Amino acid sequence: MREIQEFSLDDLKHLLSPRALTGETVVLNMGPQHPSTHGVLRLILELDGEIVVNCIPDIGYLHTGIEKNMEAKTYQKAETMTDRMDYLFTIGNNLVFSLALEKLIGLPVPPRADAIRVILTELQRIQSHLVWIGTSALDLGAMSVFLYSMRERELTLDIFELVSGQRMMTTYIRPGGLWRDVPSQFNELVQQFVDIMPGRIDEYESLLTNNILFKERTQGIGVIDVPTCLAYNVSGPTLRAAGMAQDIRKSNPYCGIEQYDFDIPTQTTGDVYGRYLVRVAEMRESVKIVKQALDKMPFGPTRTYDPKYIPPFRSEIGVSMESLIHHFKLWTEGFTPPAGSVYTSIESPRGELGIFLESDGSPKPYRVHYRTPSIPLISVFPIVSKGHFVADMVALTSSIDLVLGDADR
Amino acid sequence: MNEILQTTVDAIAAKFNAQVEEAHGDVTLHVQNDQVVEVCRTLRDEYGFDTMPLETSVDYCPAKSPRFHVVYGFYSTKTHLYLFMRAPVDEANPHISTVESIYPSANWREREIYDLMGIIFDGHSDLRRLEMPPNWEGHPLRKDYPLGYEEVQFTFNFDEIDLRKPKGER
Amino acid sequence: MGVDRKTGNMGILTTTVEGFMNWSRTNSMWPMSFGLACCAIEMMSTQASNYDMSRFGMELMRASPRQSDLMIVAGRVAQKMAPVLRNLYDQMPDPKWVIAMGDCAACGGVFNNYAILQGVDEIVPVDVYVAGCPPRPEGLLNGVMLVYEQVRKEKLSDWK
Repeated sequence: MREIQEFSLDDLKHLLSPRALTGETVVLNMGPQHPSTHGVLRLILELDGEIVVNCIPDIGYLHTGIEKNMEAKTYQKAETMTDRMDYLFTIGNNLVFSLALEKLIGLPVPPRADAIRVILTELQRIQSHLVWIGTSALDLGAMSVFLYSMRERELTLDIFELVSGQRMMTTYIRPGGLWRDVPSQFNELVQQFVDIMPGRIDEYESLLTNNILFKERTQGIGVIDVPTCLAYNVSGPTLRAAGMAQDIRKSNPYCGIEQYDFDIPTQTTGDVYGRYLVRVAEMRESVKIVKQALDKMPFGPTRTYDPKYIPPFRSEIGVSMESLIHHFKLWTEGFTPPAGSVYTSIESPRGELGIFLESDGSPKPYRVHYRTPSIPLISVFPIVSKGHFVADMVALTSSIDLVLGDADR
Repeated sequence: MNEILQTTVDAIAAKFNAQVEEAHGDVTLHVQNDQVVEVCRTLRDEYGFDTMPLETSVDYCPAKSPRFHVVYGFYSTKTHLYLFMRAPVDEANPHISTVESIYPSANWREREIYDLMGIIFDGHSDLRRLEMPPNWEGHPLRKDYPLGYEEVQFTFNFDEIDLRKPKGER
Repeated sequence: MGVDRKTGNMGILTTTVEGFMNWSRTNSMWPMSFGLACCAIEMMSTQASNYDMSRFGMELMRASPRQSDLMIVAGRVAQKMAPVLRNLYDQMPDPKWVIAMGDCAACGGVFNNYAILQGVDEIVPVDVYVAGCPPRPEGLLNGVMLVYEQVRKEKLSDWK
């Protein structure tokens, strides 16, 4: 087993103030196992009393080698790895991989599949924000919100389990459509969720929005302004809380999301409280999108008919020789998209989730790179944390909604 | 191609003698290794590409020259357009200048590329490994780096592999 | 049960020291909240309202290894994390138990590559493996029950 690799102060000399070397300030290690770092983030803090002078984030404690491992698998098999990357937006990871492949090949997607994709990704966004609201309130000392939000999260997980058989790692969205059509109870279950959810969001708001303790802990803390966001490429709710209405769903729409009516909630403060308000408003907008998509959901097939890329239906395999051959070829050799590279992005609960996919015309991806929103979010820590108390670091870390699996891959 | 993007691409291609490639709906500029900083500055200051969402690298291992490509993706929050740029990096001299001074987000992305692909960014303020432990040998995303595949245990070879595996002691 | 019995006249219960210790351990086992990856989210679900792990005396997730009896390794262990994990295990006071939650912690799961430890049992002794990617909360609860069975079989003579 390897030894723990400890940085010496000399290695970090250029990131610390000179006072750290004379012992005037204290260098404190926070993480990788710490209850409030939301995973295995490690922060090296230089403290003057209780005030943070410098903060050096250290990631990689969850580096999984997914990008390298995907190069060794065919496209269909590589897709199962994408789930494990951002484990609070698993369907989105599948979606962006499928979108990239569809862009590379030029595969059309049936409208019903698009509608279901939108419903599922928006449900997943609500689910991610629910986990966020629960854990960040827990970090700030409000235990009960966690119990309420996890209760509603189970409702979304029931829907994912219904459509795919798995609660989190669904791999339900496939290139060219979906794995299969949704079961008949799907509409009813989603409708129930949509009906009860606005009231439940009111419940969380009644616990937090005007809670004086919560406001004291969050207002004016961890302000990230728009120029910093753009320079460090921070996107998503953090950017919108700073005051810029930038959302991939509006600016570069995917899956026909432009036909639904929704707003981009923004705030101007850019602090922890602003991010909280934006996320709560986003949950309401997502409920709106799901409601519209459910009402407008067209009938029809859920995957394109293209035997070179899409596996044939189960029912055909028993009766059609060609379907059997196609199925065999697809699952043994895989399909071969044309050579070239594409970049696609969608809006994840944390920001822009992009994928750079390069193909050399073989059944395995030549290079996959996920542009994940968490890395920019962590890279602003050194700038934002200056001058805050250690206790405020907890509020800051929880507010920007880190998923370390997303950052480390 | 979009009109605004067309004018940008034409101007950049004329100014820096860059190759333009349009494939699968993405527009890519191929520039020289030493022009990267200048092109980035022009794109940001004159053409409004104010963020850089993507910076990554590709290893074309059997090809010795150029072995690597560094891929940049720019995004404009005003026109909502993407533009991509590629610069070659040679195997014998894996150096390229950093664009950290223009897009600060490049700081961590270049650390990641250095860590996983072994490309050295000249002038970078903090070139340390990002993901792997500091004393790790090799750069995992290179094509000649093995995946590190461990043999799977089946019934017939379970004991044989089990002998070789380390065991956690109490 | 009347008020008189509650106020102290409870009668006498005879048992062995061994049995009493093991019984009390099973009913107040404090797991260490050691969330690594995806399984940590399911571990949180197990804690939360629908599954409610505190039914089994586990409402306290200790952040400090020095106050915990059970380490639930929830998620994949990267090579950079492995020595940290062993360090945390060494800091836990005896007696201690380990649950490898999920396929990645049990055997590396789908990630058979340079970055992931192929099973956490390479560095710490594991008592119960819970399969699934990620396991359902019911699965984790079943794993905890299996640990309890082991705890009930502990012998006084084995204590260090």
